[in-house]
Amino acid sequence: MSYDPIDIALILGKIGLVFFVILTLAAYLVFAERKVLAWIQDRKGPNRVGPFGLLQPLADLVKLLTKEDFRPVGADKWLFYLAPAMAAIPAIMIFSVIPFGAPLTLFSHTIPLQVADLNVGLLLFLALSSIAVYGVALGGWASNSKYALLGSIRGLAQLISYELSMGLSLVPVVMLARSFRLSDIVAAQSGCWFIVYQPLAFLIFLISIAAECKRIPFDLPEAEGELVAGFHTEYSGMRFGLFFVGEYINIIVLGGLAATFFLGGWHGPLLPPVVWFSGKVLAFAFLFIWVRGTLPRLRYDQLMHFGWKVLTPLALVNILATGWFLVLKG
Amino acid sequence: MQILKDIYALLIGMWTTWKHIFRRPVTIQYPEEKRQPYPRYRARIVLTRDPEGGERCVACQLCSAACPVDCITMQPAEGEGGRRYAAWFRINFSRCIFCGLCAEACPTLAIQMTPDYELCTRDIMDLLYEKEDLLINGCGKDPVYNFYHHAGIAVTQPRGSGGEELSPVDVRGLMP
Repeated sequence: MSYDPIDIALILGKIGLVFFVILTLAAYLVFAERKVLAWIQDRKGPNRVGPFGLLQPLADLVKLLTKEDFRPVGADKWLFYLAPAMAAIPAIMIFSVIPFGAPLTLFSHTIPLQVADLNVGLLLFLALSSIAVYGVALGGWASNSKYALLGSIRGLAQLISYELSMGLSLVPVVMLARSFRLSDIVAAQSGCWFIVYQPLAFLIFLISIAAECKRIPFDLPEAEGELVAGFHTEYSGMRFGLFFVGEYINIIVLGGLAATFFLGGWHGPLLPPVVWFSGKVLAFAFLFIWVRGTLPRLRYDQLMHFGWKVLTPLALVNILATGWFLVLKG
Repeated sequence: MQILKDIYALLIGMWTTWKHIFRRPVTIQYPEEKRQPYPRYRARIVLTRDPEGGERCVACQLCSAACPVDCITMQPAEGEGGRRYAAWFRINFSRCIFCGLCAEACPTLAIQMTPDYELCTRDIMDLLYEKEDLLINGCGKDPVYNFYHHAGIAVTQPRGSGGEELSPVDVRGLMP
């Protein structure tokens, strides 16, 4: 298999673009979250740094970089240093399989707006989101702190159980699109979005990704009321920042996946495809922030009960119903 | 159906927060916008003068005794004609809790609270107010009261010559 140098340059360009956009967007998502939460609570939010506080992420970055990098006594040095990267890198890697716009045609070159169009893109996403659990588990374990350990145990149990219902809720999507390739799934929705056929699967997926990115009402691994800060209690400075940014990258990526699987990806009338895609991603991000501003945290047994006894059976029934429907349709 | 009720409750909560997004924030942008305190707001303490321009404070130590955090100290002294005053008077605003008990305790209305709440400094020693920082050229909240027109009169003028004062009873006479 040989590659054109132009193709390689294009792929590198796309990787650079995705990295830049995702990291900037994640930083500004933190800002947007603080702003929206402030509005919900009748406050104004950060508005001191720059016009409307728009330079706040930059100030936060400087603060995090200049903070002391602290390692607790008795911590497992290498795992402690590695864990934040293990949480953030899989999150951004998932974005490589998401098509974020219609293929461009420039000088008779067709450029798919997607870093890697794998034929098992959906499986890669499930695998990578499972790997991201290691960052949480090892970070908490390596800190040598009871709160961090409790947080990471909760994180493990929660993420594994919600991964299950998330994977099961995507099976009907694959059955409808007849492909694991994300560009095929998007193409199958050019007529009608899958949310119309699969509202239940969409709902299950939405709840599962809220649990997957550890957001309220499923933020049990962090649970600042009970566990100080959960698995990242002992982290400071930019290592904490990496966990934090990883979470926001996760929101963007999972929002993008929800848009790809159920809301037709970049399909949409009038506006250019990239605008449609980013609009859908931002809508999901806003939904998560809004939910955070509204709902309380679940109790831990309620969380596990809901995952195993409600979401997973529902997803299975949904698969059966979809299969039945497809067989009848022929 | 319980589950429909629960979903309805969730949606009500979401609707409430949605409405609050568009509500005007209650935040006051402090250094730029300032809040107008009420006239009786209890903040920086001052020492006032009587209408004739003399110091009202007679260094009786009642404010110092009333103060729950012991932030007031003074040194009494006696001027010409036996009129008492404070040689020095010190309020430590880094201890003061602005309870107003000193102003309530003061028999001469010398010590009073003002609505000036901006007492921040970089150096904590700047919060130690001496008499010259505390004394103002004015009567404060009561523009007419002068302690020496009602009590301790013999110190400043002959007895019986005060404003609302009756002449002293002649104890040797028989008349009532």
